[in-house]
Amino acid sequence: MRDDHAPAAAGDPHPGAALAGDATAADVESLRKHSSVYVYEAPVRLWHWVNAAAILVLVATGWFIGSPPPSMQIAEATHQFVFGYIRFAHFAAGQVMAVGFLARIYWAFVGNHHARQLFVLPVWKAHWWREILFELRWYLFLEKEPKKYVGHNPLAQVAMFLFITVGLSFMILTGFALYAEGLGADSWLYHAFGWVLTLFGNSQIVHSAHHLGMWAIVIFMMIHIYVAIREDIMSRQSMVSTMISGHRSFKDDRPG
Amino acid sequence: MSQIETFYDVMRRQGITRRSFMKYCSLTAAALGLAPSYVPKIAHAMETKPRTPVIWVHGLECTCCSESFIRSAHPLAKDVVLSMISLDYDDTLMAAAGHQAEAALEETIEKYKGNYILAVEGNPPLNEDGMFCIVGGKPFVEQLRHAAKDAKAIISWGACASYGCVQAAKPNPTRATPVHKVITDKPIIKVPGCPPIAEVMTGVITYMLTFDRLPELDRQGRPAMFYGQRIHDKCYRRPHFDAGQFVEQWDDENARKGYCLYKMGCKGPTTYNACSTVRWNEGVSFPIQSGHGCIGCSEDGFWDQGSFYDRVTDLTQFGVEANADRVGMAAAGVVGAGVAAHAAISALKAAQRKTQSKNEDA
Ligand code: HEM
Ligand code: SF4
Ligand code: SF4
Repeated sequence: MRDDHAPAAAGDPHPGAALAGDATAADVESLRKHSSVYVYEAPVRLWHWVNAAAILVLVATGWFIGSPPPSMQIAEATHQFVFGYIRFAHFAAGQVMAVGFLARIYWAFVGNHHARQLFVLPVWKAHWWREILFELRWYLFLEKEPKKYVGHNPLAQVAMFLFITVGLSFMILTGFALYAEGLGADSWLYHAFGWVLTLFGNSQIVHSAHHLGMWAIVIFMMIHIYVAIREDIMSRQSMVSTMISGHRSFKDDRPG
Repeated sequence: MSQIETFYDVMRRQGITRRSFMKYCSLTAAALGLAPSYVPKIAHAMETKPRTPVIWVHGLECTCCSESFIRSAHPLAKDVVLSMISLDYDDTLMAAAGHQAEAALEETIEKYKGNYILAVEGNPPLNEDGMFCIVGGKPFVEQLRHAAKDAKAIISWGACASYGCVQAAKPNPTRATPVHKVITDKPIIKVPGCPPIAEVMTGVITYMLTFDRLPELDRQGRPAMFYGQRIHDKCYRRPHFDAGQFVEQWDDENARKGYCLYKMGCKGPTTYNACSTVRWNEGVSFPIQSGHGCIGCSEDGFWDQGSFYDRVTDLTQFGVEANADRVGMAAAGVVGAGVAAHAAISALKAAQRKTQSKNEDA
């Protein structure tokens, strides 16, 4: 029996059988019958795009919360709620993102094994480390040909773990702590998140940390989008369409 | 008559009439947010309970807390509480001085062991064995420890005693340390502010003297009745904040119209204090009302939060002389340039490979 997650051995007689990353025997079997593997189930894809939209709204409105737009004189202050709506959009998107994140964690338990990649780094596997090294070399133009992956490649997995799993958790924690301040010290949200404020000591530091977190997420987005498009063009597998259809297809059936 | 006087005895001795005394009780109840039914309870407690002695000590400080305290709006509260305090020990307010004063301190500690309240203004510096603050020939930290040992409870007056304030600002050469980090085995109530509002100070002290217990404290050990909300939550300029109408520059038209000071760095959204409700100088005004943003004086480490006049402040906690936006934009710029360069090389390599394979095919 082959280890469920071990890469299929090179020199496998079946074309297209040798895959790196988290491909299982079942994936390979599927590829033998179809030209693609079903990787991202509908809830994962839905979450990806809802999350992306929420983050776009959060970054735009978050920027304005730190540096408000020029003062406007549309109506009397009582009837004008410009900054209020900006903050409202931020809090609404923040809550959508938080609920989505919880749902995504739930899906890691009930979904297919690719759905767990975001939350568990297989640091105990030697081939995972070898593939990280390989990916680094690929991005440094030291490898001629990339490997084929069904799920995320290990380097992408590390980035997603740091910026999405850890990063979004941090944004949700600090965001809800700040939100709880507005609701008041006797609100249930403050009872749930007030410890974050105590940990930082001064709410101004929480604002700064939350603000820095935005830039971390923006930088991740830049790299993420660039790499997704680049790999779509230069790698041997589909990328962008996979997050739309859920299917990963491969451009050649040479091994490894 | 009992050996120890009651509060009422002291007041009568100070020449306060019964009528004024009842007024004081109702005003105190109102200031503490208690129902009118509490007025007779306060009066009864004052008439029957032996007065609680207060020892007031001074470490590294500027005396702004005392200055604020003696300007309490309600003259009775001030006179009564003040006279009760100066009966015991306060080296700034008491008549005695020098050896006489130190003797008074020892006497109070001895006489009221375990029963007195220790009020601390300022904080002890710990570097060089506390030599940066000497009281009565000894480091202040020793006096503090000595007086705290038999105290029932401790009040940390102001930002200094509560959080360290300016003398603890980075790099804090004397290692000025807030009281709760030196005295760890006593109930401590923090009344931060630079200085705290006079009514808040007399309110806290009256509550403790009459009810013989600490008021309800929040997460950081501050009395919830005065520090439960941010300046921003009760600021009268808040409608302009929500409307998106800000002072853009000092003395611009919007400043004259009294718009929100958020863009001028107002720290009201991150500061817990009662200024926007109780106000200052007998309720006349408070900083924002006179056109200047809140500087966050009642928050932990308020000197180390960057400029008072920036909304997105410099990241002094991380030792960076730039704010989150400048750090973030610089990083995003570097990454963006990296991505562009990487994309260019990728395209070149791809083109190279294509010509290569074409040549091989040919
Ligand atoms: C990708 C996620 C997020 C980004 C990029 C983001 C960005 C920002 C930024 C840049 C600020 C301004 C900070 C300042 O300088 O004062 C901010 C403030 C804030 N954010 Fe977020 N945020 C995110 C998630 C959240 C979440 C999940 C919540 C929870 C509801 C939240 C709630 C808040 C609150 C309450 C404030 C303070 C608003 C105020 O003081 O008026 N944020 N956010
Ligand atoms: S002036 Fe300051 S406290 Fe008042 S609404 Fe504006 S930001 Fe808030
Ligand atoms: S408005 Fe802010 S800075 Fe001014 S006294 Fe009140 S808490 Fe301190």
